[in-house]
Formats: sequence, structure tokens, C-alpha cells
Amino acid sequence: MALITRRGMLIGGAAGSGLLLAGCDKILQGDHLNGSASFQRVLAAAQGWTLSSQRFLLGGGALAREFKPSDISRHFKANGTSHPGGEDYARHLEEGFANWRLRVDGMVARPLSLSVDEIRRLPARTQITRHDCVEGWSAIGQWTGAPLGPILKAAGVAPGAKYAIFYCADNLEGEPAKGGQQSPGQYYESLALVDCFHPQTLIAYDMNGAPLGVPYGAPLRLRVERQLGYKHAKYVQRIRITDTLAGVSGGKGGYWEDRGYEWYAGI
Amino acid sequence: MARNGSSPNEVIYRHTFLVRLTHWVNALTIFVLIGTGLNIFNAHPQLYWGQAGNSADRPVVAIHAMNTAHGIRGVTTIGSVHFDTTGWLGWSRMHGQWIGRAWPSWITIPSFVDLADARHWHFFFAWVLAANGLVYLLWSLSIRHVQRDLWPTLGDLKSIPRSVLDHVKLKHPTGEAAKRYNVLQRLAYLGLILLVIGMVSTGLTLSPGFNAFAPWLLDLFGGRQSARTLHFAFAFSIIAFIVVHLVEVVLAGPINEVWSMISGRYRVPREHG
Repeated sequence: MALITRRGMLIGGAAGSGLLLAGCDKILQGDHLNGSASFQRVLAAAQGWTLSSQRFLLGGGALAREFKPSDISRHFKANGTSHPGGEDYARHLEEGFANWRLRVDGMVARPLSLSVDEIRRLPARTQITRHDCVEGWSAIGQWTGAPLGPILKAAGVAPGAKYAIFYCADNLEGEPAKGGQQSPGQYYESLALVDCFHPQTLIAYDMNGAPLGVPYGAPLRLRVERQLGYKHAKYVQRIRITDTLAGVSGGKGGYWEDRGYEWYAGI
Repeated sequence: MARNGSSPNEVIYRHTFLVRLTHWVNALTIFVLIGTGLNIFNAHPQLYWGQAGNSADRPVVAIHAMNTAHGIRGVTTIGSVHFDTTGWLGWSRMHGQWIGRAWPSWITIPSFVDLADARHWHFFFAWVLAANGLVYLLWSLSIRHVQRDLWPTLGDLKSIPRSVLDHVKLKHPTGEAAKRYNVLQRLAYLGLILLVIGMVSTGLTLSPGFNAFAPWLLDLFGGRQSARTLHFAFAFSIIAFIVVHLVEVVLAGPINEVWSMISGRYRVPREHG
């Protein structure tokens, strides 16, 4: 009898965990099913806990670790878009980005339109930091750029503004997810203003001492060191200050956010 | 189960309500964390040692599908040793079709590629694990459960060789000896507490935001990629614990053991006459 019980336990245990696994799939695939949507909402609450706890812990504006030149990765994996297609970008590349503009507009007192040279003449910061991809890998690189805070200060952020939305020149094909294909879309990102004014948040133009290569976001990219790689928008053309993320693409505040990833990517 | 003429087994109150509650929350939480963790691993199925590491660097562990003279095979590499793991790791079947994925679909949550949702689930249940563990630890320390029932005495430590032998012979304690945890149980449960602390702290070291708050964790674990590797190593130590734990439950009398973790009441096995 004991033997039957033990075998039964094993079979029951295996069947039970199989059912649990299948149940997890059901919850994810069947948004129309009763309860699964609210279950997903409960799970999404964890994003709020992470954001609040990190905002609390990082309240003093703690810096991301900076590394030694000898720590710089020999190969820095280029992810996402490796070359924005299109005639416009090709022309800019041919012109050495002489006519590339970074516009700053939206809820600002003085909209700006800056050339790459003008940004290069602003006070600069150089930092050697670790870039963490949401997939799990990391690479260390040296970045030089203009801190974003003073640029936004020059533009004069209006009271009530909450976010900066970064518009990029690349259209990303996307990767398979949820068992299907991702839809292509224009890349964009957004940050809370508190992260824009962090001293390590840069509009970067140099990487490892040379102008940004095309796979790394030439001529201008965002560095926001305390968050994951997908927040570091490449090929940035426009920064719009706003009080809402609604109305842009999927309304979740970024290309990957619209495809289910966390808006706050400090984890 | 009283037999003819013999007295019924003694029943003791073995597990307090909080131990039982946190045990089952832990069980469900770790189940989801392992499944979603393996799904997350599949997004970049390589582990490194150091601060950084990506496809251009030499991994310490890698699971891939590879083109070989014998067709596509699943290959798992640990250090410089390659293992053919076709059918299990690297190259396995999903709904009858062969696909390249590090961990097979039957073990990951969800079964399909879904890094975004796997992360949402993982972080939600990580919060539950941490909160549940904290409640358990504070409560257990305050009622001296850890000190009394888990911390081994000198006598316990001296009995390790005998206890190992008993376990190998599948001999389970009876009578008075069965009313307290034996030394291997004590060490295993204390070890699990340390492993969960290790999981939470290596997990937090993977967060670039948390790195800015506690950069010393990067030094403690030797970098973010080392922490990712350790996160994985600790997870597999927990899986090893669970396997041994379940085998022991089955061997020791599954109904009595499981029921005692539900009701708290444990039927003490009688001394062998």
C-alpha cells in the first residue's frame, strides 16, 4: 500500500506541476478569459513596488558605478537597430551629420534646435559605465556627451511637465515574443524628468574616445546609466517635454514598453 | 494506523501555523520563480564571470543549438567541456516540432518565448519570496524556532557520520528521535535559508538601479555577470534541495509528512520493537 501511495504521490506531483505550468500559459495567452486580465494587473503592481522602492533608495541621486579604462569591453555588442534605413539617414551619414538637429520642444519656454557641433561645444561629461541589456548580458564602454539636465534647463521646462519623450530615426523590426512576431515600429523612449536631470544622463556623441558608430546610435544617443539598455535611445532627433505618455504609438512610453516591457527599467 | 492490540501512534503538534503558511507560499513562489527564471535565461543562454560579458566574450556556461556533421544538436558547454544535450537543452521539441531553445518548453513559464511577461512574473514573485522569507525569519527567530529546532547542537554535529549512514540506508528516525529534526535536516533547512538570501541578493545585484544604491554588492559577488552566474548556481542548489526534500518526504511517509505541513499534526513513527 505504501508503494502505491508513493507512486501515486509522484504521479500526482508531476501531474500537478504540469497543470500549474499549463495554467500559467493560459493566463498569459487568454486575456479574454475571466480573471486572467486582473491577474496580470496584480502582477503589474510589482512594477510600481520596484519603482517606488528604487525612487526611495536612490532619492539622493546616487551615481551608477564608473569603471577604469582597462575595464572597457573589447567588443561591445550592438543591439536593436544596427543601421537605420531610409534616404534621410543615409544623407545625414554622407554629410557627416552636419545637418542633424536635436529639437527640444513641447512643454518648454524656449524650444531649441541644436546641431551636433553645438552640442559638442556644451560642457561635457565622460564616464565609463556598464550597459545592461534586458536579455541579460553586459558591456562596458566609455561615453562622452552633454549632460541632459542643463539642456532642458536652457529650454525652460514648464511647470506640470513630467516626462521627456525621445524620438529616434530608426524603425525597429522587433523580435518574436508571446509565441508570435513583434510588430515593426518607430523607436522611441521616455524618461521621468528626475532621471533626465541625473548627472550621468547624457546626450552622448563619443564612444570609447571616437564619434559614435552607426550601430551605437550615431550621431546622438541617450545614456541613462541606472536603467536597462532599451532606455538608451539611439539616433535621437527630438526631445519632447510632456505631462503624459498617452498619444504616442502604443502610449506606454517606448517601443519595448508598447511590447510589454517595463517602463521603469531600473531592474 | 493502529493494528490489533497495539496502541495508536503518538501525535504531536509539529509545525506552527506561520511555518506551514510560509512553507506553502514558498513552494508556489519558488515553482514560479524557477520556471520564469529559466525563460529569462533563454533570452541570453550564456553565463559569464566578471563585471561584464556578452556574445563576444568567453562564457563559463552556454547552452546552444549547433550545426554539426550529425545535423543540429543541442550542446551544453561548461567551462571548456561540451555535452550533447539534444532533446533536453539547446535543441528540443515543442508541440512535436524541433526548435532551438536553451531550456525546453515544458520547464519554462510561460512555455513559449516571452521575456517581457516572464520578467513581470519573476519580479512579482521575487517580492513575494522576499516578504515571505522576511516574515518567516523574523518570526522564527523571535519564537526561537531557528535557534531551537534548526541550529545544530554539538551532539548533532558529532552525529553527522551516523546520520549520513542512516540516510543512505533509508533508515528514518522513530520514537523520541523522530520528534526533532536530525542534523542533516537542520543543516539542509539552514542551507535553504542561506540560499534564498543568496538568491535575493544576487538578484538585486542584477538591477542597475539597485547597483547605484548598493555598489558594494557588485564587489561582494565579483560583478554583475558573476552575480548572474551565482544566481543560477544558487537556483540549482535550491532545485537540488527540493529534489532531496521530496524524495525524503516520499520515503518518510508522504501522507503523514504532507498532512503535518497542512494541519501541523505529526504522527510519530513508533520505535521498532
